[in-house]
Amino acid sequence: MRLSGYLSIDSHFEIVASQNEGKELTKEEKQRLRKEKKQQKKGKEKKDDKASQESEKEKKPVSPAAPASQPPAQSTTQKAVPAPAPVSVPASEAPAPADKPAKSKAELKAERRARQEAERASKQGKKGDTGQPAATSKPKAPPNEMQPVVKRLPEHIQVDNPDVLKKLAKKLERQQIPLRSDYGYKVSLFSHLHQYSRKAPLTQQVSIPSTVIHPAIVRLGLQYSQGIVAGSNARSVALLHAFKQVIRDYTTPPNEELSRDLVNKLKPYISFLNQCRPLSASMGNAIKYIKKEISNIPSQCKEEEAKSKLLNCIECYINEKIILAAEAIAKSAIEKISDGDIILIYGCSSLVNHILCEAFEKSRKFRVIVVDSRPRLEGREALRRLVQKGISCTYVLISAVSYVLPEVSKVFLGAHALLANGYVMSRVGTSQIALVAKAFNVPVLVCCETYKFCERVQTDSFVSNELDDPDDLIVTRKGKTQLKDWQEVPSLGLLNLVYDVTPPDFVDLVITDLGLGMIPCTSVPVVLRVKNVDQ
Amino acid sequence: MELQAVLMAAGGGSRMTDLTYNTPKPMLPVGNKPLMWYPLNLLERVGFEEVIVITTKEVQKMMSTDPKMKVDVKMKLDVVCIQEDGDMGTADALRHIQQKIKTDILVVSCDLITDVALHEVVDLFRAHNATLAMLMSKTHEFTETVPGQKGKKKTAEQRDFVGVDQSGKRLLFMANEADLEDGLSVRKSIMRKHPRMHIKTGLVDAHLYCLKKAVVDFLTENKSISSIRGELVPYLVRKQFSKTINSQKMKDDTEDQTQKKNDGSTNHELLISSRDEPLLQLAQERSCWNDHHGDMSEAYHGGKLRCYVHIMDQGLCYRVNTLAAYIEANRMAPKLFEEPAVHPSAVISERCQMGSDSIIGALCQVADKTSIKRSTIGHSTAVKEKVRVTNSIIMHGVTVEEGCNIQGSVICSNAVIGRGADLKYCLVGNGQRIEPEAERTNEVIVGTDQLMEI
Repeated sequence: MRLSGYLSIDSHFEIVASQNEGKELTKEEKQRLRKEKKQQKKGKEKKDDKASQESEKEKKPVSPAAPASQPPAQSTTQKAVPAPAPVSVPASEAPAPADKPAKSKAELKAERRARQEAERASKQGKKGDTGQPAATSKPKAPPNEMQPVVKRLPEHIQVDNPDVLKKLAKKLERQQIPLRSDYGYKVSLFSHLHQYSRKAPLTQQVSIPSTVIHPAIVRLGLQYSQGIVAGSNARSVALLHAFKQVIRDYTTPPNEELSRDLVNKLKPYISFLNQCRPLSASMGNAIKYIKKEISNIPSQCKEEEAKSKLLNCIECYINEKIILAAEAIAKSAIEKISDGDIILIYGCSSLVNHILCEAFEKSRKFRVIVVDSRPRLEGREALRRLVQKGISCTYVLISAVSYVLPEVSKVFLGAHALLANGYVMSRVGTSQIALVAKAFNVPVLVCCETYKFCERVQTDSFVSNELDDPDDLIVTRKGKTQLKDWQEVPSLGLLNLVYDVTPPDFVDLVITDLGLGMIPCTSVPVVLRVKNVDQ
Repeated sequence: MELQAVLMAAGGGSRMTDLTYNTPKPMLPVGNKPLMWYPLNLLERVGFEEVIVITTKEVQKMMSTDPKMKVDVKMKLDVVCIQEDGDMGTADALRHIQQKIKTDILVVSCDLITDVALHEVVDLFRAHNATLAMLMSKTHEFTETVPGQKGKKKTAEQRDFVGVDQSGKRLLFMANEADLEDGLSVRKSIMRKHPRMHIKTGLVDAHLYCLKKAVVDFLTENKSISSIRGELVPYLVRKQFSKTINSQKMKDDTEDQTQKKNDGSTNHELLISSRDEPLLQLAQERSCWNDHHGDMSEAYHGGKLRCYVHIMDQGLCYRVNTLAAYIEANRMAPKLFEEPAVHPSAVISERCQMGSDSIIGALCQVADKTSIKRSTIGHSTAVKEKVRVTNSIIMHGVTVEEGCNIQGSVICSNAVIGRGADLKYCLVGNGQRIEPEAERTNEVIVGTDQLMEI
């Protein structure tokens, strides 16, 4: 049974993953645990507990985050058990995607209310207590089971919630970063996402010369928002380059430790970049890595030494995860390219271009069909690079993909991120190509470096996406611009999506680095687990 | 630090000598504020905290006594004095302060009055890692009649030919009509890289430049360049398409060593060399963006030297270097700031008719039955009864006796207009006296010692 919800098993979000893995506990959970321990000492009736839990489990085979709580009925005498949450979970899965964020918010409120009531009841129970509530004792091990499935949604997909917006505004004010305002009418299915205009850059509100934000970061943000640096590899490299400059110009203030202060310095910069253009998964992983490295700097380390160590780390990261990874992937991928092949690629993926150029240098004979789509028309750039090398190419628009597919022998796709449930997040249009390729029985190979593997889980393109400037869709043909006044038509909305997700059934192979070579799409969570253990 | 601001305030105002022979150009009152207040205000508004002001001793003295400068300008002004009579061009001045310059600079001329959103120019500079980013504006026709102008308005100023690419941002070609003797020739290398070029002539250069630090270093090596606008900018624009600027070749090739010595020594300094150049290269290679389409070259055609221009089509942009511009600026200046038109300390009698578009300075005394329309009156000026002032600019410390009629004129500081005088489209120089009952039309009245020597 397929889940259509947004779950994130990420340390950032307080969502409980599974019964067996105890992830971060929230304050409330910890409080509850303490209370339970007290109750346990008084006496337990575990058996009742387990029985009720199992019945819960049967009720909700769906929620992977396990049956969390016990039916409210039992909780009157019980302690601090969040009751209602899971009950509403299945309910929330039914409705349309657009309502999902809203439903889960309502569901969250209901949970909170119920939790408060349960706690109130339990306090009363405590006073007149004798019987311990059975579940009381929730043994420490599965406290997670009680937890609701979804605790908190990331703010960038809750734009239609005014409270979240207020919180964001406050946070930005504290960090002295200007707030970028949304632009234009948003299509209702995507009203929970930000939509900015390229003509209103964030630099309008940043002072010249910028003092609060490091100039390298302002430049980077500008390049992101104008699309000069586009593509997940390029964005990560540019980000790390800017961080190198920040680290070079950084001096530890007196009475502060580099390991803590530098991380705090980086936070407003990251907010700024996020405002310019939502961070990509690869950038997120790079930032996590840097933050970890910075916090791991011993406090006795001298500033110069620490800085050079960090700069070194960044160089190594780029070298290993991007440059060498590309070479490793190219090596594996070349085995799959045989003479006489006709390869189809979509858009401009730096990795796929690299692979094809390498293959051509190794004297494989193949032809390439470049598929492109508006409004970005990135395929032109891929076409240019391949033709410059000497590869013979054909260029079509995505509307012609089913016409050219009968001749194609393989499809190579790049990815923006690989999600933990095996879905591939890539430029909008990729899932279409994969779908049509599947229909024609053409193998689809996705090439992706491991640093783009993300712990998010997503099954549709609505929940989390990026809305680009709607004015990009306006085109002038023969001197006439039909959509020039689109804002004045009240029922017209322009939608310019950037990403979409491709299900693993359409992908035959994922070619990646770290010595893994070619793996099936469903092995991504395994790779993630192994990576985390290593690090 | 990202940018350092440099204000060039040593210019002479050679095209409006009648106004500037007594007051140096940067301190000419426009809308009752000294001319150099406007660019300083622009810089202050966008967030600059320090400005290096290059000026003469005279101006420095006047600056320290002027109330507006002391009170309104909150930035730190680092004043560098240079010789007044020396033939120091703007580039020479930059060379002079080379020690103080630690980062990229923003050069502004003191006679610029504009309300441009400065981030537009600076964003071009930042985003494309440009060597030069400048501001230009569409020319506005000056409609006011200029005092002392005889005959039709001549074409006078030689036109500038500015070539931009299709996006209107990249500067491809810049030449002045004076330098093009037999015609405008465009190099093939430019046409090959940018087949579609728009050449514009009706643009006025605002003299606002963002320059990389490497350019300042380059200037110190090449002492032959003395003016930014006249020589440096066209040089940079030309160098964009120079064959020798190709970083890959420059790096290790031994053959190119000789090339380097000849032409390369100049290019070498201009090349952007940041410490992480390979990383930047990598990012650019992996990025799927290109600034042009249709040919086989990479972004920016692999060129490292890039010049950009932001052309304003709306909003104010004046360069006050001619009398006509000065008059127009006085007319438009009030729109730029929100001070009350009438200074609180001015004494205006109730029976005075004052239009809403007039400005009265501090400590003025305007008597009864006067009519002031579309005019600017400086501080400490006394206007007596029955005076009609229309479309005029009256500077500080002027005394206008009763019954005068002043129309379309410019009266400089400390002048005295005698009773019943009738001035139409005249320019009265500093400290001049107009005798009573005089009738002057379209004349420039200056002292004999200020007349030009031929």
